[in-house]
Order: sequence, then structure tokens, then C-alpha cells
Amino acid sequence: MTATPPTAIAPSGELLSVGSRHTLERSDFPRFLAALGTAGYRVVGPIVRDGAIVYGEIHQESDLPIGWTDRQEAGTYRLERRNDDALFGYAVGPQSWKKYLFPSRERLWTAHRTDGSFRVDAEPTDGPAFVFLGVRACELAAIAIQDRVFRSGGDPGYAARRARTLRVAVQCGVAGGTCFCASMGTGPAVGGDHDLALTELLGEGRHRFLVEVGSPAGASVLHSVPLRPASAPDLGAAGAVVARTSASMGRSMDLHQIRDLLVETPEHPRWASVAERCLSCANCTMACPTCFCHSTEEVPDLTGEHVERWRRWDSCFHSAFTELHGSPVRKSTPSRYRQWMTHKLATWYDQFDRSGCVGCGRCITWCPVGIDLTEEVAAIRAMPGVRTAAGGTGG
Amino acid sequence: MTAAARPKLGIFKFASCDGCQLTLLDCEDELLPVADRVEIADFREASSAVLDGPYDLALVEGSITTPGDAERIQAIRANARHLVTIGACATAGGIQALRNFADVREYTRVVYARPEYIRTVATSTAIGDHVPVDFELRGCPIQKGQLLEVITAFLGHRTPNVPTESVCVECKRRGTVCVLVARGTPCLGPVTQAGCGALCPSFDRGCYGCFGPQDSPNAPSLRGKLLELGMDPPAVHRIYRTFNANAPSFRAAAGATDVPAGGGP
Ligand code: SF4
Ligand code: SF4
Ligand code: SF4
Ligand code: SF4
Repeated sequence: MTATPPTAIAPSGELLSVGSRHTLERSDFPRFLAALGTAGYRVVGPIVRDGAIVYGEIHQESDLPIGWTDRQEAGTYRLERRNDDALFGYAVGPQSWKKYLFPSRERLWTAHRTDGSFRVDAEPTDGPAFVFLGVRACELAAIAIQDRVFRSGGDPGYAARRARTLRVAVQCGVAGGTCFCASMGTGPAVGGDHDLALTELLGEGRHRFLVEVGSPAGASVLHSVPLRPASAPDLGAAGAVVARTSASMGRSMDLHQIRDLLVETPEHPRWASVAERCLSCANCTMACPTCFCHSTEEVPDLTGEHVERWRRWDSCFHSAFTELHGSPVRKSTPSRYRQWMTHKLATWYDQFDRSGCVGCGRCITWCPVGIDLTEEVAAIRAMPGVRTAAGGTGG
Repeated sequence: MTAAARPKLGIFKFASCDGCQLTLLDCEDELLPVADRVEIADFREASSAVLDGPYDLALVEGSITTPGDAERIQAIRANARHLVTIGACATAGGIQALRNFADVREYTRVVYARPEYIRTVATSTAIGDHVPVDFELRGCPIQKGQLLEVITAFLGHRTPNVPTESVCVECKRRGTVCVLVARGTPCLGPVTQAGCGALCPSFDRGCYGCFGPQDSPNAPSLRGKLLELGMDPPAVHRIYRTFNANAPSFRAAAGATDVPAGGGP
């Protein structure tokens, strides 16, 4: 095959229309990063830190986890070298983009005592415009879920941050050992809801990217980037990447009548057995990209003249989270684990018309004792006869 | 506000290292507003001036280890409207509660030249084992932000906002990578109460349990994980036998008796 000579793409927008696909050479990747910076964005994406791939600021391409991958199983995660120089050759790590859109601690307003009254100042909603570089299919689905909760729910800070964000998706070239997006219908193929989507192509001795334009905002950052129209072999290679990943899912989940299965089995003995292992530590909910539970607290200063309202990540695994009239509703760990899994996989359909799980596997990998919701569902499904009337939710 | 109207704060010490009281002195920027709001009536670390009770708020550091202590805490309680214990010694008996699992007379014979002069009791116990306590502030040492929160809360007649969740939550909120999952480092964070801000994991070490058990600790399950990570049973025993050794769930997790090195679980 003779390589097509690179063609500069006119800033006419013609060739950069939504849905158009182009090839970016690996050697031109720094120019792509530079173009994002020039467009005024702060780029955040995968970096290696403390033995894992987390999300942080990307100043140059050497900040990316070049040549790294991860090995994930229930309760363990290890970084490993790949035998190539892939930039995005890993599955998702402990953090998710919610740390930028729904920060773990956020001030909502400040109040000051004035003569005989008080004044409330809302928190400003301005801030940096981020590029999320390397968003996976499951993560796009998770962002869509949190959009439904916070954006549609009228949260001004979230809505402003989200509106400023450009999402550069990456097709997964490898599925993690705890991934099951294929079962959940959220991946591994990136669907239409993104600004740009990259597929990293490593075969045939040529390192390159297929770039798909997902939105006008995505197109607008590409004007100065040397691209050429994607060739048929490149398109074929990109399709093969997604197919290979889809075939190598670490886990699977049977969704058949899952809502009824869980809602109708509140007294299943499996809840007590999982609670013997569960530490009620809340790692699963903190790591989950769709979990949105939080608590708000007023923080007064010592003078009593000023008070701030803060919101922070909270969890259904905390006894204080369900405290009513000084006593928690869910006193026991079985009731908390059941609440978490039943909400995530069953009653979420009633609330949001879909599952609350996108199959990213974080709750499995980052559970210190390796509790695996796919295994818990399978165990309940294996003994579904243990049913009682729906609605028994006693602690 | 006139001086007479300010609530009186007393700070009292029992068997302890003074580290928790010193946390108050460590609140450099906040100390002046504190002194402005309360009359510090008895605080021997900071001043030798002592005012008589009754106290609106008594902060009590240290554990009960002598017959004299057991009487003095009754007098302090009788003289205090609110009594808050601060630190692992006052809330769980401290490191000195290791004597609870051994023969204290043997210890005194080893340590002191004239053990007959030592007046002590067989155990080191939490203040709450002797008198009713209004609030227990955990930590070895306590965290200064939480101490200020407790003082502010009592001044404002509200419940202190001191979470009883696990240290893991603090790791995740600050974005620290879990050392247990990513490195296989043994960590007590899942069974330990938050408060330190997940200090040790942020320095790549496991949690040592300074803030005592979280409100729903599952120590037997974590024990299985610690063994799986390669700790031997005596090491698991020792990791629970530190500042909060006498806290009930840590006591149970360690096992009822001391395990000799190399011994069974
Ligand atoms: S429940 Fe687990 S697998 Fe599902 S989205 Fe949350 S973290 Fe991912
Ligand atoms: S769950 Fe799917 S989309 Fe998410 S990281 Fe794994 S393979 Fe990729
Ligand atoms: S399932 Fe795992 S991560 Fe979640 S609370 Fe239980 S022990 Fe912690
Ligand atoms: S490092 Fe320790 S405290 Fe932090 S999340 Fe992991 S187990 Fe919990």
C-alpha cells in the first residue's frame, strides 16, 4: 500500500464535518495536544501516579502513560509495561471524570451575618475549560448518567463545568480484567456522544490514530492539526480494535429481568454472606463513576458571623447517611450492600429508565476484599427461588 | 461580649503524652478567636493560671491508670456541664492499655527500681468507662480541624460534625491511589475511622488505625485480607495492638491473648 500524502485540511469545515474520519500520525500527536492548548483548554487525562493510571494535567505527551498498561482483578490492580509504546493501552483506573464535574468537596455558598439579617453569596460557577483526553465508552455513558442527575437536576456548578468541557474519547484497545461494558450495552465501542473519538492503531509497524469528529466544538480544535482522510485499511483496522476488545471482556453480567430478580429477593441469604466479607468502607461507591450521593454540611467559623455550605461525596455504606431522628435507617451491612446493588442494578430503572451501572469494573477492582457485583448477581440468580414479597427493606 | 459571659473551658490531663492538648496550641491562627470566645480556665500546658470551675466545657486527655485518677475524673465530671474526651488515650485507653493484656505488676518490676512506690491499677481505661461523656474525639493525636469543630459546635449548642466513616473515604475524596489494591500494602483504613485525611496512604503507607474503629468495622474480613497479603498472624495481632488496642472491635480483631512470635492465629 502506498501511503496517501498528508493533505492539509482547509479550515472551511468541509472536511471536518461531524462524523468525518481522518488519520493522525503518531509523530503529529504533539501538534494535536498543542492545538487543544491553543484553543484555550486545560487538558486533563491519564498520568501514571502512585502505581496507577489516574487523571491529571497533561502538559506534554510525555505526561501520558506511554507503554504502560494495567492488570486488574477483583481487589487488585498492578501497572505493567506493554511491549509497545501505546499512549492509551490501559483500561480505566481508580479515578473517573466525576472528580472534575462533581468534585469530592465543593463549596456551594457562603453566608454572612449583617445587621439583623444575613446575606447569602452563591459560589461563582466560572473556572477552567477542560479537555477530558482519553474518555472511554463506559465513561461517556457514566457522564450521561450524571448529566441526568445534576444537569437536568438544575445544579449550576455542574452544568457550567460540563458545558465548558470538551470530551476526547478513546476506543478501548484492551479490556480490563474487571470490565463488562459489552454486557451493559455501554461499550467498548464509543457511540456518537462525544466531541472527538480516537482509535489508536499500532499494527503494521505504523503508529497512528483514527480521529472521528463528534461535534462542531471537536472539529474546531482540529484546524491546525495535520490530518488526512482515513484510508479504508485504517478504517478496517479501527473496527478490528473494537471487535477484539469486545471479545476480551474480563467479566459479564446477565441482565435478564434483573430488576425483578433483585427487587423480589430482599431476604436472599446471599445478602448476609456478602456482608460477612463487605467492610462497609465505601470504596466501591467512591470509585463508581455514576454514584452521585453526597451530603451537605454547614461550616460556621468560630465567630459565628460566617457560614459556608459544603457538599461532599457520601455513600449509602455510611450509617450516618441514613440517619433520621438520630438513628440510621440502614443499621446493618447486609442492608447497605443490598441498598447499593439493588439501587444500582434494579431500582435505577424506575428512577432513570436505565441501569445505574456502566460495567467499568471499578467497584470490583478497588474493593479491598474483591467483592464482585457480577458474581453476587450470578449467585442470586442461581437460587432465585428464595423470594419474598417485594418491598421488604428492613435493616 | 463581656468577659463574664464567656463560657469557661477547662483542659485536663490523665495518663497521656500531652500531644492532644498541644494540638490546641498548634491552632496558631485560630487560637486568638478561640481565646476570644471562651475563657480558658484551666490549661496547664499553656499557662499556670488556674480558675475554679464549674466549667462549661471540659476537654479531657489521657486514660485512667491510677486510683487517684479514678477519683479526680469524678470531680471533673461533677464540675463540668459538657465533657469531651480527646485522643486515643481518653477514648480507648491509649497505647498504655497494652497492660490490660498483661500483668502490670510484672511490668513495674521490670521498669522501676522501687516498684513498691508505684500506685497503679491493673488496666488503662477510657474516660467513658468511668463517667458519662458528651462527645469522644478520636485520634492519636487528634486532628486540629476536628478539635476546632468540636469547640465551635459546643459553643453553638449543636452536635459536632465529625464523620464516623472509614479512612478509605478520605483516600478517595483526595484522589489517593489505594495502597492495598495497587501495591498489596496491608492497610487498616477500611476498619478505621476517618479524621487524619488519609495521611499514611498519601505517603504510600498503610493506615495504622490511629483514629480507632469506624462505626461499622468488619475486622474479621480485613484480617483475612491481611493474611492473604502475606502478614503472618502475629503481625496481624500486633497491628491491632497499638493506640486503640482496647477499643472493643480492635481488641477482638487482635485476639484475646497475646500471640508469641511465630505462634498460631
Ligand atoms: S457499579 Fe461498578 S462496574 Fe458498575 S459503573 Fe459503578 S463502578 Fe462501574
Ligand atoms: S468497561 Fe468497556 S469501555 Fe470501559 S474501560 Fe473496559 S472495555 Fe473500555
Ligand atoms: S463492597 Fe467492597 S468496596 Fe464496597 S463497601 Fe464493601 S468492602 Fe468496601
Ligand atoms: S489505602 Fe487504605 S485507607 Fe486508603 S482506600 Fe486503600 S484500604 Fe482504604
